Amino acid sequence: MREVAVIGVGMNKWGEHWEKSLRHVFTEAAILALDDAGVEKIDSMIVGCMSSGLFVGQEHISSLLADYIGQVPVPAARVESACASGGLALRMGWIEVASGLSDVVLVGGVEKMTDVNGNEATYALGTAADQEYECYHGITFPGLYALMARAHMDKYGTTREQLAMVAVKNHANGSLNPLAQYPFKVSVEAVLSSVMVADPLRILDCSPITDGGAALILAPVELAKKLKKPIVRVTASGMATDTIALSSRREITWIESTHQAAKRAYAMAGKKPEDIHVVEVHDCFTIAEICVMEALGLVEKGKGGKAVEDGLTSLQGKIPINTSGGLKAKGHPVGATGVAQAIEIVKQLREEAGPRQVKGARVGMTQNMGGSGGSSIVHIFERS
Amino acid sequence: MEGIIGYGASIPRNRIKVEEIAKVWGADAPSYKKGLLVEEKSVPSPDQDTITMSVEASKCALKRAGINPKEIGAVYIGSESHPYAVKPSGTVLAEAIGATPEVHTADFEFACKAGTEGMFVAYGLVKAGLIKYGLGVGADTSQGAPGDALEYTAAAGAAAYIFGREKIVAAVLETYSYTTDTPDFWRREYQYYPQHGGRFTGDPAYFKHITGAARGIMSKAGMKPADFQYVIFHQPNGKFPLRVGEILGFAKKQIEPGWLVNKLGNTYSGSSPLGLTATLDISQPGDLILIVSYGSGAGSDGFILKVTDRINEVRDLAPKTRELLDKNRNYLEYGMYAKFRHKIRKAD
Repeated sequence: MREVAVIGVGMNKWGEHWEKSLRHVFTEAAILALDDAGVEKIDSMIVGCMSSGLFVGQEHISSLLADYIGQVPVPAARVESACASGGLALRMGWIEVASGLSDVVLVGGVEKMTDVNGNEATYALGTAADQEYECYHGITFPGLYALMARAHMDKYGTTREQLAMVAVKNHANGSLNPLAQYPFKVSVEAVLSSVMVADPLRILDCSPITDGGAALILAPVELAKKLKKPIVRVTASGMATDTIALSSRREITWIESTHQAAKRAYAMAGKKPEDIHVVEVHDCFTIAEICVMEALGLVEKGKGGKAVEDGLTSLQGKIPINTSGGLKAKGHPVGATGVAQAIEIVKQLREEAGPRQVKGARVGMTQNMGGSGGSSIVHIFERS
Repeated sequence: MEGIIGYGASIPRNRIKVEEIAKVWGADAPSYKKGLLVEEKSVPSPDQDTITMSVEASKCALKRAGINPKEIGAVYIGSESHPYAVKPSGTVLAEAIGATPEVHTADFEFACKAGTEGMFVAYGLVKAGLIKYGLGVGADTSQGAPGDALEYTAAAGAAAYIFGREKIVAAVLETYSYTTDTPDFWRREYQYYPQHGGRFTGDPAYFKHITGAARGIMSKAGMKPADFQYVIFHQPNGKFPLRVGEILGFAKKQIEPGWLVNKLGNTYSGSSPLGLTATLDISQPGDLILIVSYGSGAGSDGFILKVTDRINEVRDLAPKTRELLDKNRNYLEYGMYAKFRHKIRKAD
C-alpha cells in the first residue's frame, strides 16, 4: 500500500443556492480543489452523493460531473452510503491511490437539496432509515435521534441544556467560517426556545437543508512532496456497518459502527484517542455529536454531555470538535458533508484555518455517519 | 395631475384565531404566532365573496369621491379568487355601482398583486385621457389548504380606488413595476388550493421583487426612505413587511399604520391596497406615501402618492379601515370556519 496525501481542497459557500444546479455547485468546488492542488488532469474521480435522484431527478452523475469539470473520459464512480456518502468517496479514493491503481484522484461530494419542498426532502432523507421497520411506521430522522436523546438523558443524566450547548459551540465555530450556511452565534436560550421538532429536539438542535459541494485531490505522498506545500497524509481509513434500524441495536445510545470504524482507524494509524488534536464529527443532531464523542473514545461512555458543558470540545478546549461549525452551522448537503469534514481537517493541519485555527494541530480525525449509525467512516490525517 | 379621488375598504366581520387552527392540526400555536407575527385572520361569510366585498369597498370609494358612477370609464378587479373561472367579476361590480353600460371591464389575476395591477391600469387610462374616472379594486377570499402554513394567514378583504384628475385626495407622483419569471407560488387549473415553494418564497421571490421595485421607484423619483411619511408593503405575514422595511431603511413607525396583517391575515390582492386605505385614513395633507405590492410568479408594483388637503373632507365619509378591523368581530370555531370556507360540505 502506498502512502496517500491530500494535495488540494476546494469548497464553495454553502446555503440555499436557488440559482444554481447540482452540476454547478459541484463544479465550483471541484475547480477550487484542482486549482489548490495545481493539477489540470486527474486519473480518476469518486463522487459521494446520497440522493440526486430524489432531490433533482438526476442519476448517472459520475459521468455528468466528470463532463462538467472537463475530465471525460476519466473513470468516475458515484458512491452512496446515505449521509456518509462523502466519507465513503474519500475511502474509495484513498483505496484507489493506496493500491497504486491511480495517482491523482478527485474525491468529491455534492447534494442539491432545495429544489424540493420540505416534505419531499424529509422523504428523501428518510430513505436512509429502514423503510419497512422504521419509515412505514411514520418515524423520520428527527424522531429517531429524539429517541436516542431521550434515552441518553434517561440513562446518563444528560441535560437538555447540554444538548443545546453542542449547537451553541458549533455555531460559535461556524461564525468564524465564511463558507458556513449559518455563520452566526446562537445562545442556549435561543436553542431552548426554538420551534419543537421531535421532543426533546428543537429546530436549533437539527442540521439544516443545504446546497453544497466539496472536493479534494488525493495523490501518493511521493508526488505530494514535489508540490512544496505542507503534506497532509491520510494515515487511516476505517469503516464499519451496523443495523440501519435503530430498534435492532443492543443500545440506542451507543453508535457501534462509529466505535468499530474508529477502532480500525486507530489501529491502522497507530494512534489513540488522546493523540488526536482536532476532530470533525457528524452532528446531524446535537445528540449525535454527544453519542459520537463517546463512540470515538474521546470521552467515557455517558460523559459526552458533561464534556461539552465543561468546554472540553470547544475551540480552546482539550479536544476541539467541529471547528468548521459542524453540520449544524456549516450546513449539511448530505453527500458533500464527509468530504467537507476532511477539508476542514486539512486546513487545520496546514494551519490555514484562520480565526478558528487550533494551535499546533498535527493529527486530525473525521467521523462521517449514515442514517442513525447504520454506517460510519473514520479517517485520520497527519501532517508530516 | 392625476391621482386617487376616492377609496374604500371591506373586511368581513368573521375571524378565526391562530390557536383555533393550530388546535385542530396539533400544531404549536405560539410558534406559528411568533414565526408569522399573526394572531388571527378574517374569514368570509357564506354570502361574501370577491364580488360582494368589491362592491362594498367600491361603494365606500364612491362616497368619498362624490362622483356620478356613470362617468366611470373602467372597472377592474384584481383577485385570485374570482367566483367564476369563466364570467367576469367586474361586470357584476360595474352593474352594482351603476357604472354600466358605457364602461370597460376586466378581471386581473397575478397572485397577490392583482389589486395594484387593476389600480395601475385604471390610473394609466385616466392619465392617458381615455377615461374620466377609473376604478381599480383588489379583493380576495384567499385559499389555504387545511393544515398548510398558508391556512394560518389566508384571509379575506377588499380595497377600492377611484382615479381621476380633479378633487384629488392623493396625487400619483410616480409608478414603477418590477417583474420576473419566478415560480414561488401557484395554483393550476382545477386545483382547489395553491402550492408554494416553501423558503423559496422568501429571498428570491418576495424580498428580491419588493426591494427591486422600492429601490427602482425611489431612484426614478429621486427620493429616499426618509422622504416618506408612510410606507406599505405586501403583507403575506407580519415578519416579511417589517424585514423588507428594515432592509430598505424604513423605520417601523413608517410601516405600522398600514401593517394590518397581525389581526387581518393576508388578504392577497387586497393586502397592500388595504394597508393603503388604513394609511390614508390617518394621513395629513402633504404626506408622501410609498406603496409596493408583491405577487407571486412574480412581480411588484410601486406607487408614490402625495396626500392633498381634500383628505380632510373625505376621510369620514365612509368607514375607516381600522374600525372595520377592530369593531364588531365575530370569532369562529374551526368547524364553522371549515363550513364557511367549503372545506366541508353537506351531503346532497
